[in-house]
Amino acid sequence: MSTPALFFDGVSKSFNSGKTSVTALDGVTISALPGKVTGLIGPDGAGKTTLMRLAVGLLLPDNGNIQALGIDVLEAPLQVQSSVGYMPQRFGLYEDLSVQENLDLYADLQGVGHEQRQARYEELLQMTALGPFTDRLAGRLSGGMKQKLGLACTLIKIPRLLLLDEPTVGVDPISRRELWAIIDRLVKQEQLSVLVSTAYLNEAERCDEVVLLNEGRRLGQGSPKSYSEPMRGRTFHLSSTRLDKRRLQTQLSAIPGIIDAVIDGEKVRVVTRKAQLPDISDLVADGDTAINGPSKLDDLQIEPVEPSFEDAFIATLKVDTPSVADWFAPRDGAALEAGPIIEVVNAQRRFGDFYAVRDISFKVKQGEIFGLLGANGAGKSTMFRMLCGLLPASAGQLTVAGHDLRRAAADARSRLGYMAQRFSLYVDLSVAQNLNFFASAYGLGRKQRKQRIEWAMAAFELTAYAATNSGDLPLGYKQRLAMAAALLHEPDILFLDEPTSGVDPLARREFWQRINGLAASGVTILVTTHFMDEANYCDRLVIMAEGEVLAEGTPTQMKAGFRSAALPSPTMEDAFIGLIENRQKNKPGVAA
Amino acid sequence: MSTTTRMRLRGLIRKESLQILRDPSSIAIAFVLPVVLLLLFGYGVSLDAKHVPVALVVEQPDANTASFTGAFAQSRYFAPLSYNNIQQAEQALIAHQVSAIVWLRNDFSDRLLAGGEAPIGVFMNGVDANQARISEGYIQGVWQLWLASYAREQGRDLAVPVVVEPRIWFNAAVRSRDFLVPGLIALIMTLTGAMLTSMVVAREWERGTMEALMVTPIRIWEILVGKLLPYFALGMGGMLLSVAMAVWLFGVPLRGSFWALSGASALFMLVSLGMGLLISTVARSQFVAGQIALVATFLPAFILSGFIFQISSMPAPIQFITHIIPARYYVAILQTLFMAGNIWPVVLANCGALLVMMVIFLGLARRKSRKRLD
Repeated sequence: MSTPALFFDGVSKSFNSGKTSVTALDGVTISALPGKVTGLIGPDGAGKTTLMRLAVGLLLPDNGNIQALGIDVLEAPLQVQSSVGYMPQRFGLYEDLSVQENLDLYADLQGVGHEQRQARYEELLQMTALGPFTDRLAGRLSGGMKQKLGLACTLIKIPRLLLLDEPTVGVDPISRRELWAIIDRLVKQEQLSVLVSTAYLNEAERCDEVVLLNEGRRLGQGSPKSYSEPMRGRTFHLSSTRLDKRRLQTQLSAIPGIIDAVIDGEKVRVVTRKAQLPDISDLVADGDTAINGPSKLDDLQIEPVEPSFEDAFIATLKVDTPSVADWFAPRDGAALEAGPIIEVVNAQRRFGDFYAVRDISFKVKQGEIFGLLGANGAGKSTMFRMLCGLLPASAGQLTVAGHDLRRAAADARSRLGYMAQRFSLYVDLSVAQNLNFFASAYGLGRKQRKQRIEWAMAAFELTAYAATNSGDLPLGYKQRLAMAAALLHEPDILFLDEPTSGVDPLARREFWQRINGLAASGVTILVTTHFMDEANYCDRLVIMAEGEVLAEGTPTQMKAGFRSAALPSPTMEDAFIGLIENRQKNKPGVAA
Repeated sequence: MSTTTRMRLRGLIRKESLQILRDPSSIAIAFVLPVVLLLLFGYGVSLDAKHVPVALVVEQPDANTASFTGAFAQSRYFAPLSYNNIQQAEQALIAHQVSAIVWLRNDFSDRLLAGGEAPIGVFMNGVDANQARISEGYIQGVWQLWLASYAREQGRDLAVPVVVEPRIWFNAAVRSRDFLVPGLIALIMTLTGAMLTSMVVAREWERGTMEALMVTPIRIWEILVGKLLPYFALGMGGMLLSVAMAVWLFGVPLRGSFWALSGASALFMLVSLGMGLLISTVARSQFVAGQIALVATFLPAFILSGFIFQISSMPAPIQFITHIIPARYYVAILQTLFMAGNIWPVVLANCGALLVMMVIFLGLARRKSRKRLD
């Protein structure tokens, strides 16, 4: 092959924040092949964004050489910038300019001649399906459309190398699929070289090559197969009719030879340390152990499965963590209430003549994990705010823990914990100070406060960070702290609004481990998410679009509806996309 | 200028203009705020003494005292109130019902007849020192005028050794509005040039548009010029609006050349923009940019420019500091051109100072701006 499209040779870069120096990249050598899609994958703080910025000359490396398209970036940054397209994580769309005005601006900045523009615009608008919206202000586009417009602006002057920094973060599954289709087309038709970073591990399989980055070091580079192949024989599906999948998962996670156990549909997917399943004869079945004693699980179904990139990622990066389940013991006298703990009947919320939520009903039982799934703007956050008593419903009946929210919102609120999307922590206060503040805000007495804070520090492994300002914590720890704060007053119900948005796969796993523990102890959990694979962790869920419920049921029921010869085992994402597409087919007038 | 440079600049300027037109807050800072400030200072704030409530205490009323109090009643500067004794008047002063007391003792007429010397007692409320000093001067003026006319009536020479005959130059009507309103223009242009400009650049950092801008083949000076030109036009628009209001609404005379005023304003606008762009090289959030602009440009322009507080009456170290405040030179130019006319030595000297500052600020902004994120 000819020269690589992008070549990093022993590149290091560190940043000074205050007195400490943080190494973002440490002697990284990578190359992106011409005419291929190279994926850049790694957890938070691995150095992905720094690498992208170095490649376009927005940062200067401490050492090492960088060549983009054979040009030395240090010597001729302007030359690189005129032949490389770069889409930063938050692409700089001018929200008060229309789609067309944004395109015009970037055409001017890239020096695209007026003669060539019209044809290029038409091509880009067709590719991104933004044609009907050229007069709309960019700020009024949905998240997915914004991302596509950002990509169109980057592509006005056809670049030879395209750098995309997490282009699919916060974008709904349909738009994500469309973005990938655009990228594939570009590579095929225009021989573009693409470097794309992503937090979605399943997207790695779409790349020709994957660079795995962790804590500023390159852990590997190769085809996705080259990662997953060594994992062959180490991945299994386990299931049992006598044990709930979540309890099975909890037990499996505790076995030393098992690196990872996650719920995958109705089964538990297990990654082992060695090429065989460790001894799992100690698994016990569900049931009243106090009366009958532990009974051995005898109907365990074990089948080997095809390894994926994600398995390799987890096996490479996961450090053994002690089981957290012990911290979430069932509470004294937590007798299960018979009726639903949350009941929503024909809820509506209007803003002017816009319906954010129209006619939604569902029930949640105690100890259930209930999911609200939907794209941005589906009405999930509005529904949540109504359930927390922060926003009155325009019509309908909402009952939480036996309290009618219209009359006794404050009483209901004292029994629920709420973790907002942006974590709502005081960034200038330390972890301990944050916990102390939230404990006093919930009105805990001195003794109880001390006890609960000790519990939170231990259960969420925050002790080492007690004196660190919460603003300086890694994202995964911020999330832990936010969840600890929401649980200080021992609520019966926990509301989680997009809790894992932007959090890397490892932190997301730990997070769900704790959620499972909580649910097992009798806490009811209501969660919104746009990660379709996380929907599998829910007992039941509703899929929402434009303020309405499209489907309600267990993950298995949802997926079963979309099983076909072409798609023998549909994923949650397939089900979601199928539901949205059906809706648009049935309601042609609404689609625009 | 190459065609691509021209294309990029045109694109940037068009973008910036559209944003200004669509963003109500920049229109507010550029046009609404000037109007509000002008109305406030033009009508609301006055440093003149007018209708000052004065307590007149006449212990032994007769024809002479009546003639004297009549002089107060006629004056447009005072609103006299009569009290029977000094104790009552003092109560009124303490209660803020009056700002001054004029006390004619019982021997007023006797001494007047005896030697033409008639001392009066004057008490001032000194809390507002400025107001007190002005009132005191006016009271003295009333007294001396009355003495003079009394002496003429009696066919006698006035016993007062020196007679003050005031001649006020440049602002003959002694209207504070006439020097406040021109000074205000400096404040308004600082607002647009430094505060608005640094905040819109910070907004680009906040929204991530700056990063996208920087990876295009644009040059850093093109980004700076692309910001400079639209806000220059906006600031000059604000200036023209203020001058029009000053002349036509408040009747402030513009004695100097309009073109000299425009030229000096353009120069000051560039200094102001230079400060704004310099601030934006360090401030990456709108909040920080606004705070720095307020403390480093707006407040000094308000306090240390000679707009309200006379520089020559400040302590020497503060006077020294005012030399690094660009607004100082511009206020001097404004007040000269409005009230005195084309006094070229004054105007040109101050323009020279502004020119030096423009070169410094714009040069620093250019040096400090990099097409990099670290």
